[in-house]
Amino acid sequence: GSTLVVAEHEGGVIKPPSLSALAAATCLPDPDSSVSVLLAGSGPSLQQAASHAASCHPSISKVLVADSDKFKNPLAEPWAKLVHLVQQSGGYSHIFAAANSFGKNVMPRAAALLDVSPITDVTGISDSNTFVRPIYAGNALCTVRYTGANPCILTIRSTSFPVHQKSVDSNEASISQVDLSTFDADLGKSTYISQTSQDEERPDLGNARIVVTGGRALKSAENFKLIEELAKKLGAAVGATRAAVDAGYVPNDLQVGQTGKIVAPELYMAFGVSGAIQHLAGMRDSKVIVAVNNDADAPIFQVADYGLVGDLFEVIPELLEKLPEKK
Amino acid sequence: MKIMVAVKRVVDYAVKIRVKPDKTGVVTQNVKMSMNPFCEIALEEALRIRESGLASEVVAVSIGPSQCVETLRTGLAMGANRGIHVESTASLYPLSVAKIFRKLVEIEKPDLLILGKQAIDDDCNQTGQMIAGLLNWPQGTFASKVVLDKEKQVATVDREVDDGIETVCLNLPAVITTDLRLNQPRYATLPNIMKAKSKPIKKFTPEELNVEIISDLEIVQVTEPPKRKAGVIVSSVDELIDKLKNEANVI
Repeated sequence: GSTLVVAEHEGGVIKPPSLSALAAATCLPDPDSSVSVLLAGSGPSLQQAASHAASCHPSISKVLVADSDKFKNPLAEPWAKLVHLVQQSGGYSHIFAAANSFGKNVMPRAAALLDVSPITDVTGISDSNTFVRPIYAGNALCTVRYTGANPCILTIRSTSFPVHQKSVDSNEASISQVDLSTFDADLGKSTYISQTSQDEERPDLGNARIVVTGGRALKSAENFKLIEELAKKLGAAVGATRAAVDAGYVPNDLQVGQTGKIVAPELYMAFGVSGAIQHLAGMRDSKVIVAVNNDADAPIFQVADYGLVGDLFEVIPELLEKLPEKK
Repeated sequence: MKIMVAVKRVVDYAVKIRVKPDKTGVVTQNVKMSMNPFCEIALEEALRIRESGLASEVVAVSIGPSQCVETLRTGLAMGANRGIHVESTASLYPLSVAKIFRKLVEIEKPDLLILGKQAIDDDCNQTGQMIAGLLNWPQGTFASKVVLDKEKQVATVDREVDDGIETVCLNLPAVITTDLRLNQPRYATLPNIMKAKSKPIKKFTPEELNVEIISDLEIVQVTEPPKRKAGVIVSSVDELIDKLKNEANVI
């Protein structure tokens, strides 16, 4: 079979969640499979991203570039039509994308246009038609077999498909333009207005090696700065519980949990986090979990490798004093 | 203006999920069932739009076995004007649900369709996007704010995305799916629960709507996730730092 990976790019490089989707695509147990990458957008950064895609994995045989202003913003309507168009000419057996806010917005719409059932949030690949995905907020794992026509459309959970940095100097994939002459966008139905800008100084929550998370027990946005200080000292990303976001201590994009970000860092440190099911769903795959809470019965301690029962307003300053500076 | 809202019957969010010993699914017998929390938010948003005078009618739709009528009654008690139940005992995946909705939209001609962004049972997060695709309507998924302009016939939607908030403007008719922070759903009051009993619920079957339920997915097995092994409670910050440094080797 042949596989298409729908990828996002920024600043001339493929975004990390898309690299994970690429890593997942190469897990398909088909020795003859070839992998194509679809990129869209406009301007010089698109061409740079295409070069990056062509050399970022040895399994990639082709990079398809859709160069148009219509794809400047991540709107689902033109993107889903693009995936539909590319599938019609390419006849892929599988289409992969990351299960991030882009993939979850675009891929089901594209699947509907192609009259197939998509599979969301894949965490494991058993064979070319059998996949594992969490259901009930990760309280159960469902193995599902796709029995429909091509393509099998999947969004994958990035934390389950880590990217191994490989540099490929030789055997670069070919780069070709998608023929958009038949692209009937029928646009004007949705318009992109704006996007809040991200804090560039912080490591990205989805890819950080260490995540420091604060819960409702921080009590205020002012107090939450303690979490940010500790994160800075550790070179870590900042996370928050739904309760802390709802209370307005931090913006929504820091939420870790079933409906927020799914993270699996090497070290996850939770302060004043009770451990609600929907929060655990977002961090239970972390390698090492530390929990600090003054309630010894908090459910978070049931998943923590190291628990400390204590007042976070005493523990964090002590950690700030005693932790080694990051290298 | 008419708003159609999807309401799904799911295992109540507070129930501790148990996987069946034969691995065919999770235990749903004698388990409390409720309206999917994201659907409650969708219905609440529709009711607020109607109460602000921008819409005249809210129609709640539920698809599934006969017990879905209970979920619809909850929706009617919250304030929906009437209900539609599409009865089916088959395994319904989002593609079939989307096809049923496409037919209902042809019949009811709503100006706005609001759904929860996902159901807390299968966590698919697909149905709204798929309906929008089938209808060729614009979509505003993961909404945290919705502002309607009746004159211009547009909805401005703030969306919760990975990097923050994205704002899009959708020409009506459109599909919106709701995120957690859009609103706080109301509780049904006793008088409204009584009143809901006499509100009409129209019945359809997929056959009557000319929708063939085809399944291209098969559940192979449902299992429990691997358990984390029990950790230790440390007694001091010094001990914690020592463990992280010398035992876990993560700092």
